[in-house]
Amino acid sequence: MTQSLSLGPVLFHWDAETKRDFYYRIADESPFDTVYVGEVVCSKRVPFFTPYMQEVLERLQRGEKQVIFSTLALIMSKPEMEQIIELSENTNLLIEANDIGTAALLSGQPHVIGPFVNVYNEGTLEYLANKGAVRISLPWELPSESLTALAKSATAELEVQVFGRIPLAISARCYHARAHGLHKSKCQFVCADDLNGMNVDTLDGKSFLAVNGCQTLSHTICNLLSELDGLQRLGINTFRIWPQAIDMVAVGQTFREVLDGAITVMEGREKLAEHAYFAPFSNGFFHAEEGAAYVA
Amino acid sequence: MTAALELVCPAGNPASLRAAVDAGAAVVSAGFADDTNARNFPGLNFTRPQMREGIAYTHERGCGVFIAINTYARAGNPDPWRLAIDDAAALDADAIIIADIGLLEYAQRTHPQLRRHLSVHASASNAEAIRFYHQAFGVKRVVLPRVLTIKEIADLNAQIPVETEVFAFGGMYVMAEGRCSLSSYATGQSPNTDGVCSPASHVCYEKRDGKLISRLGDFTLNIFSDDEAAGYPTLCKGRFVTQDAPSYLFEEPASLNALGLLPDLTAAGVSALKIEGRQRGRAYVSKVVKTFRDAVDAAGRGETVRAGELDAMSEGGRDTTGAYEKIWH
Repeated sequence: MTQSLSLGPVLFHWDAETKRDFYYRIADESPFDTVYVGEVVCSKRVPFFTPYMQEVLERLQRGEKQVIFSTLALIMSKPEMEQIIELSENTNLLIEANDIGTAALLSGQPHVIGPFVNVYNEGTLEYLANKGAVRISLPWELPSESLTALAKSATAELEVQVFGRIPLAISARCYHARAHGLHKSKCQFVCADDLNGMNVDTLDGKSFLAVNGCQTLSHTICNLLSELDGLQRLGINTFRIWPQAIDMVAVGQTFREVLDGAITVMEGREKLAEHAYFAPFSNGFFHAEEGAAYVA
Repeated sequence: MTAALELVCPAGNPASLRAAVDAGAAVVSAGFADDTNARNFPGLNFTRPQMREGIAYTHERGCGVFIAINTYARAGNPDPWRLAIDDAAALDADAIIIADIGLLEYAQRTHPQLRRHLSVHASASNAEAIRFYHQAFGVKRVVLPRVLTIKEIADLNAQIPVETEVFAFGGMYVMAEGRCSLSSYATGQSPNTDGVCSPASHVCYEKRDGKLISRLGDFTLNIFSDDEAAGYPTLCKGRFVTQDAPSYLFEEPASLNALGLLPDLTAAGVSALKIEGRQRGRAYVSKVVKTFRDAVDAAGRGETVRAGELDAMSEGGRDTTGAYEKIWH
């Protein structure tokens, strides 16, 4: 089976024109097979990108990318759900559900289950596939033992996150606003200041986490380049790369080259390290260790 | 006349169970002593014989027991979770509290008569999600995540055909429940599958230069000077540095306390109040349950309730109404 590279949705609040240009370049130059668009973290950010969405979709499709609409991870109000209902009624594109309410809405039609939905076992996997999930992007904290068991029983395509800061938690509270002494309702969109998230360090100066509005990510960058072979042996062939504010075309190319055997894992890792300059790599979750660890 | 709020109280061991019932709990929530429940701490929870005795004790006094089987079953080995569900049915539990879709499906298929509640760890925060769990698995009650304002809870209750239970006192989660792997990131133990957050096995304290440092795994969560009371290093209650300034970025060490909000929660259509704290001792359970029993009864008579009653039981001596009030966000 051919391997498929996905570019996950942009989790950060990048300036709308920057994000548009980012997607143009992804459309024109990158080796990604699938590109996810749409807001996952905060519904207040949605209007900024709306004027550019149609152009971006067209450009990505011209670039022969499969486009999937991703949706909010935490839905707490009627207007937020109405946004998603409206989307589902007006698009022919696949939608990725990141909340079980969205999954219920899409039940009976082909859709994608995102990594913010808790799929930990075969029973859940089977239930969701029977309801129309054609692709299930698995939670980041699953160890290889769980991935092995799930891959054995899966009828839907399974996707695993292989690169990027790990989106560890979502909250109703905005920590970006809180860190700036602001209330969420008057946040001034301070989350736009930190393109890869706001650094959260321990009191003794160790880098720990990264805040992105209501979301908390890892400081480290998940990197499963060394595990790609193993994943493929399990029958998992779809790999998600989360966008960071670095050269994502180059990151995609590096993964492609390793998958194609054009360069070694070691060479690929060195290339990735050049681009991902702001944090070390981690792969602990895959190896059933603490997520922050890197198991050589 | 609306029905009085049902008091659902925690019990981490048989002594706490009896204390909760004697202090006025309507229902006790308890778990088996393994990773099938989200308070999987050493020395806590119930063996099967203890659960049988506990259920007998509550039933004799007109109370109930809900068994929390609210972690996510591990791929490749669902047996411990399924056995917990089978045993809950055999022991005549009044309900099971479940988060996992795979387990809900199993419970409905295997024990359709056993009442199913949705755990807070399923993080069902909108009407579509709640209706889904009701329609697909016959869930009768949903424990709401601690992310909603009272107004949002009222809006939700107007749209759904099931009872809601909300947290009234105890641990203040700041992340959407069941959707947080901060602790697994630092320790490798997953709240969702191992049932532990910030486990004691990964905590250490160190004295240095007159200061007390608390750590979880490889990460310092706080540094206390002599005049500060040192709290337990729960990850989201740690002190961290952002923008060059140290702060309790996620949440100050404080307990959720909705004692002063009972009339509002009743008006919002809530059916039951949950007191958190299966990891707490008998004295704590007794005091908190008694206070809430009196408060619920007083609220039922239309009397006002003083919110300060439980200050001594709160984490760091401080409490918060959390997400119930908009200002928290």
